[in-house]
Amino acid sequence: MIEKTVTIVNKAGLHTRPAATIVKLAAKFKCEFYIYRDGLSINGKSIIGVMTLAAEIGSELKLTFDGEDEQQACEEIVAYFERGFDEL
Amino acid sequence: MKSFKDIYKNSENKIAGIAAAPGIVIGKVYLFSKEKLDIAKTAINDVDEAIINFREALKQSKKELQKIFGIAREKMDEVRAAIFEAQVMILDDPILLGNIEKRIQNEMVQPEFIVSDEISKYQDLMIISHESYMKERANDIEDIKNRIIRNLQKKRWQSKIEKNLIVISEALTPADTLLFSRQQSQGFVTDHGGLTSHAAIISRSLNIPAVVGTRNATQLIKEGDTVIVDGFHGYIITNPTEEQLQFFTQKQNKLFEIQKGLEELKDLPAKTKDGREINLEANVDVTGEIDIVITSGAKGIGLFRSEQILDELGVFPDEKEQTDIYSKLASRIYPKFVTIRAFDIGGDKFKISDYKEPNPFLGLRGVRFLLENESLFKTQIRAVLKASENKNIRFMIPMVSTLEEVWKTQKIIQECKHQLKKDKIKYDEHLKVGIMIEVPSAAVMAKEYSDEIDFISIGTNDLIQYMMAVDRGNDLVSNLYQEFSPVIIRTIDHIVKAAKHSKIQVSICGEMAADTLAIPLLVGLGLDSLSMSPATILYAKRIIRGFEFKKAKALAEECVQCKTEIEIQKKVKKFFEDNSITRTRNII
Repeated sequence: MIEKTVTIVNKAGLHTRPAATIVKLAAKFKCEFYIYRDGLSINGKSIIGVMTLAAEIGSELKLTFDGEDEQQACEEIVAYFERGFDEL
Repeated sequence: MKSFKDIYKNSENKIAGIAAAPGIVIGKVYLFSKEKLDIAKTAINDVDEAIINFREALKQSKKELQKIFGIAREKMDEVRAAIFEAQVMILDDPILLGNIEKRIQNEMVQPEFIVSDEISKYQDLMIISHESYMKERANDIEDIKNRIIRNLQKKRWQSKIEKNLIVISEALTPADTLLFSRQQSQGFVTDHGGLTSHAAIISRSLNIPAVVGTRNATQLIKEGDTVIVDGFHGYIITNPTEEQLQFFTQKQNKLFEIQKGLEELKDLPAKTKDGREINLEANVDVTGEIDIVITSGAKGIGLFRSEQILDELGVFPDEKEQTDIYSKLASRIYPKFVTIRAFDIGGDKFKISDYKEPNPFLGLRGVRFLLENESLFKTQIRAVLKASENKNIRFMIPMVSTLEEVWKTQKIIQECKHQLKKDKIKYDEHLKVGIMIEVPSAAVMAKEYSDEIDFISIGTNDLIQYMMAVDRGNDLVSNLYQEFSPVIIRTIDHIVKAAKHSKIQVSICGEMAADTLAIPLLVGLGLDSLSMSPATILYAKRIIRGFEFKKAKALAEECVQCKTEIEIQKKVKKFFEDNSITRTRNII
């Protein structure tokens, strides 16, 4: 299992469009993918789950990846967070 | 023999309403209530069936969302589009759906309850968040939740509908009405709605007796009751006595004979006694109706409501699908013509849930909507042009309220023609383009419009609604919806004169054309054509063949001078007496 902490860097935060993109990225991989915030653990493959996360600029989220392709999943998804959801 | 009056006078078991579609029917009741999203924790026995229903409700919800998305795409900003996409994704969310199905299996409760409970959990999380946009997000989720629940319930009541029943409901949407007619429903009764509500129009075109605007029929009638629906006089009799049953059965038989008699008029012209021929044309609301049109003796299709295709297909048809539909229609009706009215979307006809207009009848509908959604409009225009090769299609623009709208539309049509020419596709170079006059501003300027276009069709339903400032679906003010108001008669007179001056054809395609009482007056005002439900054409023909044009003209000249609706109605009724013309409802 890989654990990684990411910071939201785009101005609009984790709004609906990036939420959808994250779920679509996650769906490509077999590994389990969870997002942790404020004591909640959200399955990253569930759009309705990810939409419950209110994450504004500056907030930190913990991501975990667990499964055979966890390395690749982690790289792609973390990169998407780091690129500020392509909104920078 | 007793008369209807006698029968109704002594009947305690009658309910009065508005006679919306003619005919008499006797039968068992189906009380149809669109259950308020009732999400009780009801236990179920058949888990497999519940799961299948759940999956179908998801499929249907997805179809609906895509339909809305298809129409509104051009108008959506990026944020709305993302919300839409997310909503569609929720319908595929493996975690959510997995949990719901698991719980249906374990708890054996109605899927609605589980769907509501599961999705609400997420909403609660959103609502406790401090971010204000999260509350909006909870609302977006509410929409998808209700959509799934609605579809689950629809599925359940659809499976309950039996055949050959009389449907009693608070109100009926056009989609409900169509659905019930497919179940061979024998009659419709509603609490709300007036003569020109869409349920009433569809009942007439399907030839199913209907009484609307009863206010409380759903409370007075119980499931399993036997009722008589009298669509001529606007009454319902609940649990009839032996005497009443006998009376109405006799009337039904008589009606059947009269209808057989009307058949003989089929191949005769709709000519007045002194030889003025009126074109009786058909309104087409349902594609399946085309056979009835052909056998009705109609001169052509005066109004094809193209937006019905959206209802029937469930998705927005692309250019090829539309071309196929219009070509088929044109070749079936050939050598007669068909008038295709551009999508009249908006008002009460087609709700795009995304845009909640506070006052849709005064909002983005008809040509306004089309000009705002130009690529969608062009798709339809190209399809119409492609189908026009045999030169029997006319194209009609709805809800025109300014001349600029006509010019803009003509410019778009020209662009489409150039494109087709470039692509070497054949079409009718002289495709006739006309407008509906249904907005007072267009009626006033009828002369100016007549110089720009090929024909005018007067849509009386909306014209009356807008001129009298009366909501045609609201039975509280239905007494103000006055077909025979001098305002309406003078306005029609004004439009007809303008059209005649420019030598273009003028017709009426509103419900007024089918009102046998209005026919002599309309003919007298000089209208060339009347377009109506195919089922009413023979009734109208019988009336037209019963009077002289020059007398009708004199009647019209008198009526134009009248001050009140009652004065005009009196004159019209006297005209019927003086010329010994009887309306069908008075013969039976």
